[in-house]
Order: sequence, then structure tokens, then C-alpha cells
Amino acid sequence: MIQVENLSKSFTLHNQGGTVIPVMEGAAFDVAAGECVGLIGASGAGKSTLMRMLYGNYLAASGHVRIGGVDVATAEPREILALRRETLGYVSQFLRVVPRVSTLDVVAEPLLRTGHALDAAQARARELLARLNIPERLWGLSPTTFSGGEQQRVNIARGFAYDYPALLLDEPTASLDATNREVVLTLIEDAKARGAAIVGIFHDEAARDRVCDRVIDAAAFTPGMAA
Amino acid sequence: MTPLLQVEGVAKFYGARVGCTDVSFDLYPGEVMGIVGESGSGKSTLLNCLAGHLTPDAGAVRFDTKTDGLRDTVTMREPERRMLGRTDWAFVHQHARDGLRMNVSAGGNVGERLMAVGARHYGSIRDTATDWLGRVEINADRIDDRPTAFSGGMQQRLQIARNLVTGPRLVFMDEPTGGLDVSVQARLLDLLRGLVREMGLSAIIVTHDLAVVRLLADRLMVMKDGHVVETGLTDQVLDDPQHAYTQLLVSSVLQV
Amino acid sequence: MTDYNFAYLDEQTKRMIRRAILKGLAIPGYQVPFASREMPMPYGWGTGGVQVSAAVLMPEDTFKVIDQGADDTTNAVSIRRFFQKTAGVAVTEATAKASVIQTRHRIPEEDLREDQILVYQVPIPEPLRFLEPSEVETRKMHSLEEYGLMHVKLYEDISQHGAIATAYAYPVKVEGRYVMDPSPIPKFDNPKLEMAAIQLFGAGREQRIYAVPPYSKVVSLDFEDFPFEASKADHPCDLCGATDSYLDELIVDDDGGRLFMCSDTDYCQGRRAAGHVGAQGVPIEEDAA
Repeated sequence: MIQVENLSKSFTLHNQGGTVIPVMEGAAFDVAAGECVGLIGASGAGKSTLMRMLYGNYLAASGHVRIGGVDVATAEPREILALRRETLGYVSQFLRVVPRVSTLDVVAEPLLRTGHALDAAQARARELLARLNIPERLWGLSPTTFSGGEQQRVNIARGFAYDYPALLLDEPTASLDATNREVVLTLIEDAKARGAAIVGIFHDEAARDRVCDRVIDAAAFTPGMAA
Repeated sequence: MTPLLQVEGVAKFYGARVGCTDVSFDLYPGEVMGIVGESGSGKSTLLNCLAGHLTPDAGAVRFDTKTDGLRDTVTMREPERRMLGRTDWAFVHQHARDGLRMNVSAGGNVGERLMAVGARHYGSIRDTATDWLGRVEINADRIDDRPTAFSGGMQQRLQIARNLVTGPRLVFMDEPTGGLDVSVQARLLDLLRGLVREMGLSAIIVTHDLAVVRLLADRLMVMKDGHVVETGLTDQVLDDPQHAYTQLLVSSVLQV
Repeated sequence: MTDYNFAYLDEQTKRMIRRAILKGLAIPGYQVPFASREMPMPYGWGTGGVQVSAAVLMPEDTFKVIDQGADDTTNAVSIRRFFQKTAGVAVTEATAKASVIQTRHRIPEEDLREDQILVYQVPIPEPLRFLEPSEVETRKMHSLEEYGLMHVKLYEDISQHGAIATAYAYPVKVEGRYVMDPSPIPKFDNPKLEMAAIQLFGAGREQRIYAVPPYSKVVSLDFEDFPFEASKADHPCDLCGATDSYLDELIVDDDGGRLFMCSDTDYCQGRRAAGHVGAQGVPIEEDAA
């Protein structure tokens, strides 16, 4: 489902004398459908950079990221947008939404964008918000005013509302209590069971051991940091 | 898939000074593209060339017309271009008073485009106007008030209703949230996003506000001194800018 | 005769105006710009109409002038005397006897014939001016037949008054092409715009001439659910009893006593001479007419 091939990345800081910082070289791995791969490595090893490159958020210097038939490293913006809409979900650590939109609509949006009926989309959103223990009285409010933990759970609900064939998870269990952590891990196991290919970053080792089939050390792709 | 708008080598000069030059891109149905850059970067000149308000000195602006497919709107006859301007295209001005008739009621403002394309039934024109005022969150009982009695945010929403009432396929927006309070901006952005999704609109939004494009635009084009210096997915350009100018632009934004 | 050139204007100017008139007749409803001359009367007193009359008058013509239907107002009398003096033409108050009729704000009640010319005095020739102040833009709208704005004005009428409240200068479309301001005639007169006579419109200050050739199709703009209505006061003429003529309302005493009478004085006079008597009218003797 996900094939990464000889991927490299460097940042050029034009406003600091054109300094070039190579951050990744020769990254290569595959993730099959129904498989969950954990990215590990010390802070700064490039886990988040790699995730962002998989999502098309960072531009690759060279190499390929093939997801569902699209090479994210070279695709046109509209191809990446279609991929993100239909195929590739991303649960980041930060919630970025239009102010004023209700939590229910935020969670239902990925379903509406893929042509699901409003009723069905909202029903699914309610179910997820309830499972993640977001009090019902908050559903009509914008999540921009919520606490960090609540925002994190809204983000997860949004990421799991639509059944993406491929999922990127950035610290999905961080700052969650035991009950909600269990709900999220179950969601991940369910996604694997329906055949989703998942790449995740988990600092929570127990969570990683439970859901990941194998791990990849990002340090192996970091120039000058290879183990 | 046929692009809705195909722009090729568009250039506009003001004497020896470059307005914009060598601009090419394809816009596909349903896409929202942002054009950012500082004042004088040529983004408004480009928008006006695309919308037929200015005649470019070079290049082609092909629009996928309903009847004849891709047609160059630069060489098209003026009546045809103006017809596009009140049917398939819409233009939202930064200042609502440039896009509204200030001495005509809200209902008349919304109804004008309908009457311009032949609507001759008062009752149905009024029903459509009422419906559109509702969609842009203006109370139906304000239908006979003139825009001069409206707040800035309401005027801007009225301008949007007036433009979208004929179901255009391409909307040009010039700083649509400029000059509005932050809370009013948020409401307008939410409204625009909803309308874009519901109506499957394509849009080109010129702004200098990076927060606006992050929320509204799928794609971004960065302009400086009349040239396009960078294009790409909005979040990619903002989070991983490649060009020196874009890096400067992104790093100059105040974080809240 | 006098020392004036025939009908005051010099021959070159009359030729220029006739060319504008011919162009106007060739493109019904289209506003032809012309080099309006200074006339020995103020703008607003019919300088456009006077120039058109001067260009069409022939020595054998019989000339009539009406102002809001009346032959005896200051304005009508001055213009009639002006051409009496400068052209030496015969003048009349009888509609049927006139070959050229200059009018302000009315069309005579009596049907006009093919051998007659009706000349209108026009204050503002541009029907779109009310909503679009730019001349460049209104010209473009005419040339591209973009007339949606005209209906916006009628829409505003209905939304504010519950009906199309425009009572005069009611916009029309001529021969399915140009939207035209018929000058400030009451909309009661609009159906009469389809007539046998030549109609010429002159706007002196705005320097425009336009025309409606005989038997042209002239349609008053409206909405399907608010159709055009040629309305008048719902009353017969108190002097001659006519029920088919446009009426003026007069307050006749300090107690609000009212009198309705035909605005077309020649028409009213003719009916009374024929023996018709209205509610407040008295029969007139033949010699008193």
C-alpha cells in the first residue's frame, strides 16, 4: 500500500546565507495493507519529517513515495488532494480548523467530502465522539476552545471518521488517560483489521508493542546519524 | 480531465514596468487556488487579467465554456466575455461597495444577475433572493434595506450572495476578508468554505493573509515583482517553503 | 419675414440635426449624439425639442405646441411664437390640423396620422441613468443589450410600493432591441407610442436625438406577475365627461374641492364643442370656443 524508495530531504535556509541542512537520505520501506509500522528514533531523528513527506506536506528532494498508485514526491497538487480525500488520512498532534465550525461538523467533514450523506456522516461523528468520551454538550461548539486533550480526541475522531486505506498517526495516544488510550488503540486495531496500512509515531512503548507489527528506526535515514 | 481554467504565459505591463509576467497554471473543477504576495507583487493585476477586467499584453486565458469547451477569453468577443462575467464567473471585490449597488435594496442586488440573464417573474426572483440571503446569514426581513444600512461583514456577505445566485463555476476573490474584524473574517471564511464545497465551486483568491489561504485554498501561488516564485499545495508551500521570498514571507507572520 | 434664417438655425446646423434624425429613425430607440446649439431659451425649456422642430419644419407646415397637454401655458406659447416669428409658419391648437406637434410630457388623445410628426422635449434621455451613473458603462450596456438593470428599477418599485410605482418616463423596448426613455409622459400614454406618426425625441442639454418610426413595436417593460398597466385617475372629466382621457386634478377651493379635467385641452375643448358635458361642466356656445 505504501512504498517509500530512496527518499531524501534537505532544507535550504535562504535567509540564513543559503545554509543547506540535509535531514534525510535513502529512506526506503514498504507498508502492506493491514500492517502497522512504528517509526522510532531519538528526537530530531526525522520521524515527523518523514511523516510529513509521506503526507506531501514536505517536499521530497529525491526519491518516491507511492501510496495507492500516486507518487506523492512528484504528484500534482490536485492528485495529492484527491489522495488525501480518498485514500490517505493523517492524525496530527495539532488540530487546525476554521474557527466557529462545530465539533460535530469538524468530525463529519471527511465523510461529507467523500460524498457521504449528511445524516450518515453526522451519525458516524456522534458515535466516535461518544466513544472518545467528548461530552455531548460540547459537540455543538467549536473545538478551538477545547483543552489540549479534548482537541486531541476530536482530531482522532476526525481521522477515523472515514475508512482511509492508509493512515498516518502522529502520537495518537499522547496526553490521553487510560480509558481513552484504550479506545484509540481499539480504533487502530479495527483499522488494521479492515486492511488499512498504518505508519505511526508512538512514544508510548506499550501502545507501540501492542499495535505495531514492526518498527523502523528513522535514524538509519539521517545523514551523519546512522547507527 | 479538462481544466476549468488554463492560463498560459499571461503578461501585463504598465509601460516599462512589469505588472505580471510569464504566469501559467491549470485550475481544475472544485479547486481553490490562493495567490499571495505583498502589495505591488502583481497579484491583483493577474486576477484582473484572468477575470477579463484587464487585457493581458501576452498569453492566453482559456475557460472551459459550457457549450464550446476551452475558449480563450482574451480573444473572445466582449459580449461573450461579459456574459461569462454574469453567468459562469463571479467576482468578489475587497470593498463591498465596489461590488454592490449601494442605492439598490439587498433583494435588488441579489436579483440583478437573475434579471440580467432573463428572469422576469418578480415572485420567483424575490424567493430566490430570500433564499440566498438566508444562505449568507442575512435575515429575510432585511431584504428591502439598502446595503448602506448594513455592517461591513453583512455587506461582504451580500456581495457574495449577489455573485453566487446564478450558480457560477469560477469565483474570483480579491482580498475577500480584507478590512473586516477578525471574528467577522472567521464567519465569512466558514461561509465561503461551505459554499465552495456545496456548490463544487472553483475559486481564485488573492490575499496577503496567509491564514486565509491556509483555511480556504487547496493550492498556492506565491508572487513577487510580477513573477510567480513558487507554487504547490497550500500546506506544503507554507510549511516547507522552497523559495527565499516565500521563506521570508512565512517567517514574517506573527504567531498567535 | 424676419432677418432670422428660416426657423432660427442656420442651414448647416439643420442638416447636421436632420442627419442625426435619419440615423435615429434607422436605428429605432438608439440615442444619436448631436452637436446641440445654444438656443435663445434656458435648458429645461425644450431646447432639444426646439432644435428638432427647427430641423423638420417646412414653410407650408402647421405647428402646434403642447405643454403637459395644454396649448396655453407660458412654455407652449413662447415656443409657438418663436417659430411664428422665426419661420413664419402657420400655428394651430387643433391636433388634427397640425403637421408638426412639439410636446412636453404628453401624447395627444386624438390618434395621430402618417402625415404628422410628434417632437418630444426630453430632459434625461438615458433610461439606465437612474442606476448606472457612468455614460461609458450605459453605452456599453445598450450596445450589448444588457438590460437587466432596467428590471432592477422596476423590482425596487414593487418591493417598496407593492406595485410598479413608476408613473411617468416608464421604460420601453423599441422593435425588440433598444430600451428607451419615452420622456416624462405618463405611463397612460405608453400604449399610444405605437402610432402612425413619426416620433422624434430631442434632448438639448444632454445632446441626444432618438426616434421611433411609424408603426414600430414599442413594449413597456414589466414582470410576468406584475404586468404593465396604463393607469389614470379613476374618474371621468368633470368638464367634458370623457372617460378615456388622461386627467389633471385641480384643487378649486380652500375646502379641498377637486376638479378632474382632461390634460389635453384641445381634446376637451373639441368634446365640449360637440356637446359633451361633464359633472361640473357648463355647455359652451359655438362662438365662445
